[in-house]
Amino acid sequence: MAPEASGLASRVVGALRQAAITGLIAFGLLLPLIGFNTVQNIRNELILETRWPLLAAMVAIIAGGRFLHALLIAPWLARRALRPRPEHAPRARLARWLVPFALGFAIVYPPLALSITGVQGAVKWIDNFGVQILIYVMLGWGLNIVVGLAGLLDLGYVAFYAVGAYSYALLANSFGLSFWILLPIAGCLAAFWGILLGFPVLRLRGDYLAIVTLAFGEIIRLILINWVSVTNGYAGVSGIPRPTFFGIPFNASDEGFAARFGLEFSPIYRTIFLYYVILALALITAAMTVRLRRLPIGRAWEALREDEIACRSLGINTTNTKLTAFAMGAMFAGFAGSFFAARQGFISPESFTFMESAVIVAIVVLGGMGSLIGVAIAAVIMIGGTEIMRELDFLKAIFGTNFDPTQYRMLLFGFAMVLIMVWRPRGLIATREPSTFLNARRALPSRAPQSEETQASLVRERHG
Amino acid sequence: MSVTSYDAAAAGARPSGSARPSNLAPVLRVEHLSMRFGGLVAINDFSFAARRGDITALIGPNGAGKTTVFNCITGFYKPSEGRIALQFGDPGVWEELSALTERGTRSVTRGDGMLFLLERMPDYLVAHRARVARTFQNIRLFQGMTVLENLLVAQHNSLMWASGFTVLGALGLRSYARAERSAIDKARYWLDRTGLTDRADDPAGELPYGGQRRLEIARAMCTDPVLLCLDEPAAGLNPNESADLGRYLHKIRDEHATSILLIEHDMTVVMEISDYIVVLDHGQKIADGTPDEIRNDPRVIAAYLGVEEEEVAERAIGTQ
Amino acid sequence: MEVFTQQLINGITLGSIYGLIAIGYTMVFGIIGMVNFAHGDVFMVSAFIALVTLLLVTTWLGIGSFVIALLIVLIVAMLFTSLVNWAIERVAYRPLRGSFRLAPLISAIGMSIFLSNFVQVAQGPRVKSIPPFFNEVIVLMSGNGYDVAVSYKQIVVWIVTAALLLVFWFVVTKTALGRAQRACEQDQKMAALLGIDVDRTVSITFVIAAALAAVAGTMYLMYYGVVSFADGFVPGVKAFTAAVLGGIGSLPGAVLGGLLIGLIETMWSAYFSTDYKDVAAFSILAITMIFLPQGILGRPDVEKV
Repeated sequence: MAPEASGLASRVVGALRQAAITGLIAFGLLLPLIGFNTVQNIRNELILETRWPLLAAMVAIIAGGRFLHALLIAPWLARRALRPRPEHAPRARLARWLVPFALGFAIVYPPLALSITGVQGAVKWIDNFGVQILIYVMLGWGLNIVVGLAGLLDLGYVAFYAVGAYSYALLANSFGLSFWILLPIAGCLAAFWGILLGFPVLRLRGDYLAIVTLAFGEIIRLILINWVSVTNGYAGVSGIPRPTFFGIPFNASDEGFAARFGLEFSPIYRTIFLYYVILALALITAAMTVRLRRLPIGRAWEALREDEIACRSLGINTTNTKLTAFAMGAMFAGFAGSFFAARQGFISPESFTFMESAVIVAIVVLGGMGSLIGVAIAAVIMIGGTEIMRELDFLKAIFGTNFDPTQYRMLLFGFAMVLIMVWRPRGLIATREPSTFLNARRALPSRAPQSEETQASLVRERHG
Repeated sequence: MSVTSYDAAAAGARPSGSARPSNLAPVLRVEHLSMRFGGLVAINDFSFAARRGDITALIGPNGAGKTTVFNCITGFYKPSEGRIALQFGDPGVWEELSALTERGTRSVTRGDGMLFLLERMPDYLVAHRARVARTFQNIRLFQGMTVLENLLVAQHNSLMWASGFTVLGALGLRSYARAERSAIDKARYWLDRTGLTDRADDPAGELPYGGQRRLEIARAMCTDPVLLCLDEPAAGLNPNESADLGRYLHKIRDEHATSILLIEHDMTVVMEISDYIVVLDHGQKIADGTPDEIRNDPRVIAAYLGVEEEEVAERAIGTQ
Repeated sequence: MEVFTQQLINGITLGSIYGLIAIGYTMVFGIIGMVNFAHGDVFMVSAFIALVTLLLVTTWLGIGSFVIALLIVLIVAMLFTSLVNWAIERVAYRPLRGSFRLAPLISAIGMSIFLSNFVQVAQGPRVKSIPPFFNEVIVLMSGNGYDVAVSYKQIVVWIVTAALLLVFWFVVTKTALGRAQRACEQDQKMAALLGIDVDRTVSITFVIAAALAAVAGTMYLMYYGVVSFADGFVPGVKAFTAAVLGGIGSLPGAVLGGLLIGLIETMWSAYFSTDYKDVAAFSILAITMIFLPQGILGRPDVEKV
């Protein structure tokens, strides 16, 4: 017993020392900006206030967390690393059920929300959660083609979203064309811009490409702000026509959707319709991705992500290959953009900032580059999570009435990006389903164990 | 698979590594090649020719510029000076060489013969049009993709054509499905050749080192190359694997219309498998000839062992 | 002529601030080959640390002397910003060394978002302004009813920048630390084999980058008198443009690029329109990267096959 006790004691002392060091560093990091607060007094002068209790609490939490990590979590992780890897069978089975289940849920979601919360509550649930999340799922899946498959980090993706939105808004307002005609036009215009911007930059190195796409994204936003005669600048474009049910408007008139179908008028029908439109658009994006991955162009994209020089040595025109990925991604952003404009009825440059691009990149990266399921899960967590934050009124009871959970949204977003990169650089779902099999998916029962092994080996993260 | 009558006939009659008839037209001619990086002269006025159906080895001490020559041939570097010509089909097209050089275009066709000036072509066209395939010193596989997928990516251009540049393939046309099946058949052929069939559905990065080397060669062969450039194919292999590699390369040479150009440090391998050897030192050619000639060449010995001139002379006398 | 001279003076002042930030980008890129996307936000954090220190020194300690106050603010800001950047490297970048190539960049973007929102939450979203001080100017020449003037603040910016650049130059070129840094730039594995502590050298690079960003942050606060949580992104991108324009990896290039960007920005605002001045900066970034990726003083990049 004695050696064990002394072992424990020394571990506690070691953990305490680590906690003390971490606490000291945290104190240094937090002292200037948490310990002190700059506020304006009545005479509009900047004065300092101290927040010692807050500082002490934060340092204590960090030091305490480090202590527990050193004492309990780190040894547990070390022990787990020594154990053989567990079977991945349950996870594989889960993945098989997840897709049909999620799809079924997405289809029955509006009636479900309607029956649970009633007409009043359902608008919020279908619009804020359903439509909002699905827009980001679609954007994530679109960018997934560029970042996840082709490995091109595009930090200006929101520019194509903006091109789609403004194309619809301006063309609908000036020519009175309908949503269904403008949707493909907006997609094509966005793809055209994708080719135009992509052509000069796609031979650049990975990180340079990222920064140049960021610059292009910002240039397009600044043009939207400053070209007032066309875009109306900061004020944005309003009065954008809303989509109709194939010609039947969603309004209270006799010609409206509700009257035609003998229903009582309610805004909920439009919301439900919009929900199914974006769901269909998102599913088209997914279907295209699945299809393209099995075609030579999709394999070339993935090969490009793995090793560009090897691609060139095999006679692949990498510029064209990148350009198709870029244009394809831009086209889906254009679709999503015109849907966004139609749903909002109003757009302004504020909706297309760099932060928006960063959020979409974060969704793709966190979900697992190339994984459709992962991207969808990440979008649900990240966008649904921030929407839920708006609902957390009980936090006001704890932290006071001034507490606004939504302002922590981007803070947590940034933190999650760093955390996921450090913890799982390949994202939440790092599996990769091969696009084709030589041995017919190894469906033979005798090969089944080996198939599991293959799955496990694909899960393993690779570096390089 | 296309097996030329010439290769099939010569295969049995030809003991490996021995001298061969020299009346064959070259597949590749490198003339007065120079490559400078800033002030550094990596290759200086280097010329050689590789004959069709030969295994030609490019050897030399570390830093001699061998990989730079490869990068110039395969279009990854633009040489500062010089001409790199590659030909396939009817050898008569060689007569067009000077006219082609004058004209400033990339290639010329005569009958079924084609002649290319590689220094005028971007890297992917060197591979796609001139049909030069290569491997890399530090293996470059698509590590996250399966072995089979690696071999399908190599057939990208023919599959792209078959898929109607994606449009027809996306519509699910029969003809594309057929093309993909035949691409898989070709992949299966090379997998059987390299003994990787069992691992076809594993990620390429999970293969053992020797397997990765073999896969890289198989991938290059899936492009149906006229010239296969191998950058140190035996590096990191054990003696057994090296011997296998030699047999594998001989099979490629004998059964396919592919000539081989290789860089190698392992002299046993080089002497065993090459038909012709070119020695490069400090960016200049110091010797070329059959393995036997090279083995006894005093300049080569000097370059490799760094011995004094007189000593070389003595040794050269001693061996004669 | 008068307008041009005045803009030249203003441009050089702004350019020295960009140059100081640009060195941070170029050093980190040189040593670990990553675009430290969060560096602009580190600069913004340093300006806030300077703001807090300035208020502490002037209102709490009641130090009236401008020079002493500035010295204290500079030193405190440099110390704390260095700690921040050290911690960032340790937590967000070091675990990703040798990971897939875009991982550090994505982590840095996350860190950038985290830092700006942290400051927004901790210090509030409003623009912070300090009371005007030290506003004397020297009139150099006047004509056409236009005075060309150098403010004392601008002179301070020039002197501090020049002095710290000299110190920094000495450290990088003449000391063992600088040698270790250059060795790591060339080949980290080889440097490690020769007994150079690569982790420590990278850490010190981040500390130096942060210290120079803190000088820039302090000068920015003093010169403009305002700072907000959103002030990291655009100056960060402009400084990165400066680093690329000068030739990424080249220290004199970063300073030269900074001065050029500062001059282009002020001249653009004076002669064209302030509306499109950020468009100009972003366009220069894109054009440089596309047509002159090695920059003015950088070495041409030979692709390793």
